[in-house]
This record gives sequence, structure tokens and C-alpha cells, in this order.
Amino acid sequence: MKLETEKCVGCGLCREVCPHAVFAIETGTARIAERGRCMECGACARNCPAGAIEVQAGVGCAAAVIGGLLRGGSPSCGCGEGSSCCG
Amino acid sequence: MSANASAIGGAVFKPVVAAKNRHVPVVSNTLSFKDVLAGWKVRWGFGRNNYRVEPGLYASGSPSADSPVLVTANYKLSFDALRKELTGISAWLLVLDTKGVNVWCAAGKGTFGTEELVRRIEAVKLASVVAHRVLVLPQLGAVGVAAHEVVKASGFRVVYGPVRAKDLPAFLAAGMKKDEAMARVEFRLADRMAVAPVELTHAWPFLLAALAFSALLPLLSGGFSMGAFAGNLLLFASPILVGTLLFPALLPVLPFKAFAVKGAVLGLLWNFGAAFALGAGVPETVAFVLIATSVVSFIAMNFTGASTYTNLTGATLEVQIGMPLMAAASIVGAVIAAVRFVPVFFKG
Repeated sequence: MKLETEKCVGCGLCREVCPHAVFAIETGTARIAERGRCMECGACARNCPAGAIEVQAGVGCAAAVIGGLLRGGSPSCGCGEGSSCCG
Repeated sequence: MSANASAIGGAVFKPVVAAKNRHVPVVSNTLSFKDVLAGWKVRWGFGRNNYRVEPGLYASGSPSADSPVLVTANYKLSFDALRKELTGISAWLLVLDTKGVNVWCAAGKGTFGTEELVRRIEAVKLASVVAHRVLVLPQLGAVGVAAHEVVKASGFRVVYGPVRAKDLPAFLAAGMKKDEAMARVEFRLADRMAVAPVELTHAWPFLLAALAFSALLPLLSGGFSMGAFAGNLLLFASPILVGTLLFPALLPVLPFKAFAVKGAVLGLLWNFGAAFALGAGVPETVAFVLIATSVVSFIAMNFTGASTYTNLTGATLEVQIGMPLMAAASIVGAVIAAVRFVPVFFKG
């Protein structure tokens, strides 16, 4: 997950959507306050109107990684398409 | 909008005339015994792929053109979790077609997303139902929804509400303001145990193997007995229960970050302890510990999918490093077990 502070407009959406309070807004600019808690969900990148955040988003699910390897594609749970969901 | 109870998953409702002579189903704000029972079954993995309601517009209470619009997924567990918190609250419920998947997972897959939201707004003609142009989304929907794109495409502004539906009444009463606690996702004991049962149902291949080997070993040793079978079954099934139920309970106190490693630590402790308590010989103990610990570690690793804080980078590492180790340990354990038990077969 990368934040380019030069592009940041200080809207605060990244802090608003993050489920683990990774961001803080200080002096009108976003800052990564708790990088270790980032789960790479991508909500911040998706909602940044300035395109200042980049995330290699994906689900933190080992079964999805295994499924992706077996199917030769990217990690995916395949849930909702016939196989059982974990959540 | 059809008034068919089965089409909306059995939620109790009565059609109401809303704006401009439309009939919008009104949901009940209490869950029936049937809802609770069906919800419990789904937590165990039964009927989970078809536990859904019709997407579209619903009402809670007696909403008017000024009432808030609350967006959710068409997984019935999500729908029920929302409507049961709205007693005494008049609101519109906009249910998206997430193919019966919960908000978080659907957002990750894109089905609880910008496109579906804009499509659903248009399909229910939301602009003719409410005078305002605000949508309240569950915070976890942000993974799939770009608020700035929604306003451009539909004219409706997205407000990200609390993570949990139970905080909605307080959020609405405070004028759509949430405090930090409402915006944080936790993974407390109750949360962990709520998602643990489905792991047990997913572990049926291991249970089948445990049954098979419990019967096979006495046979190889010269004679089947119910006592030996039962004793073996308790021992061989225990790592499965440890992995699916004890591991989630103990998650925060287990060392290291990777679930596969936490699981291996728990597995080692349990398996050594069990083998020692039963007075098993050295080769049996080594074989059992190697295989059973791999099983516990594998089950624990798969709990990452049910957790709320693991990331893809970590999960990938766990698979790339953990799986070869588990496979190697299991193979070595199997060879030791074969050497220990199979010669007996030829003796007699």
C-alpha cells in the first residue's frame, strides 16, 4: 500500500473507510499512522478521489491463494459461484 | 415489486403504498424463530449459497421522502442483521444483488460495487422515492464502492456509516456521525467463534480420513475391536477439533503472526501431549505428531479467510512456505507409520 502525499487533497475519505484506522489526517494531509494494521483491502485506494493511494488489493485468505494456484488464475475464493463461503 | 414472501426469503412484510402509488414491502424489525434457526444453520455452512432475498427497495417502519436510505447486500444474514436493528426507525432499505454474498466479501469481489449500486438506484427509481440525495452504506462496502464515482453517475452522495448495523441507530440519531469505535473492525472471541463452525464442516475430508485410519490400524494389528476403533477415533479426530474450534478461540494468545505457525505451535502442544498421555511408543508418536500437526496447521492457515485482519501478502507467504512444510512433514510421518504398522500385517 503506497500513499503519494503530493497528490493528497486532504478529503479524509481514506481515514473514513479504513477498517483498521491506518490513516491519520494532519495539517490537511493524510499520513499512514499504522502500516502494520493494513490488511490490503483497497477501500482507501478505491475511494481516493485524487488517486493518491495504490494498493495491491486482495483477500487475505489462504484458501483463495490455494484456489488461485490450482486454477491457474489470481487468488479467488470462488464463493457465490457454487462453493461455500467462509463469511 | 412482488409481494411474494418466498421471493424475499421469508422476511415478514406487508406491502405499503409509498411515493407515487408504488408498493414497497415493509420488513419486520424482529427476527422470527425460523430466521434465527436458518441463520444458525447457514453459520454451519448448510444452504449458504442460496440464503438470499430479492434485490430491490424495502421499507422499515413508515418511511417518507425524507427518510434515510440504507444500503445492504442480498445475503439474508446481512439483510436480517440490518432490519433487526431498525426497530422504531423509518428508513428505506436498498438491497443490492451480491449473489447472496455478505457485504465484505461481495465488496472484495466487486459485486457490492459502484456499478451494481448505480444500477440498483436506477432500477428502483430511487430519485422518485426520496427528496434527498444521500445513501448510507456499511463502511465495509467501501472496498467495492468508489463514492466519487457514484455521485457522478447517479447524483446520490455516499455516506459511509458504521461497520456494524447495531451502531446505526446511534449513528442516525447523531446526525450521521460515527465515533472511532463505530469505524473499527475487531476480531473478538465472539466474532471468531461465530465464523468457526463453518471451518468444522469444511474439514469433513480430514474427519473421513480419521474414521478410515481408526478402523485400519486395529485391522493391521491383527483384529478389529470397537474399543480400539473408538480410542483411535478420539485421538485422530482431536487435532481436527483443535484446529477448527480451539484455534479460533486461542488465536490472540498463540505466538507469531502467521496463522499456519500459530496452528503448528498449538498442534505440537496438543499432539505431543495426547500421544504422551496415551503412552504411545516413539515411532507412533513421531508419525502422529508430524501428520496431526500438519493438519492443525493447515486448518489454522485456512482460518485466514474467515479473519478480519489478514492480508493477501501474508496469506501468500503462508501458502508458499507453509504448504511444502506441511506436505513434507505429512509424508515423513506417513512413511514412519507405514514402516511401523505394515510389517505387522505381513507377520500374521
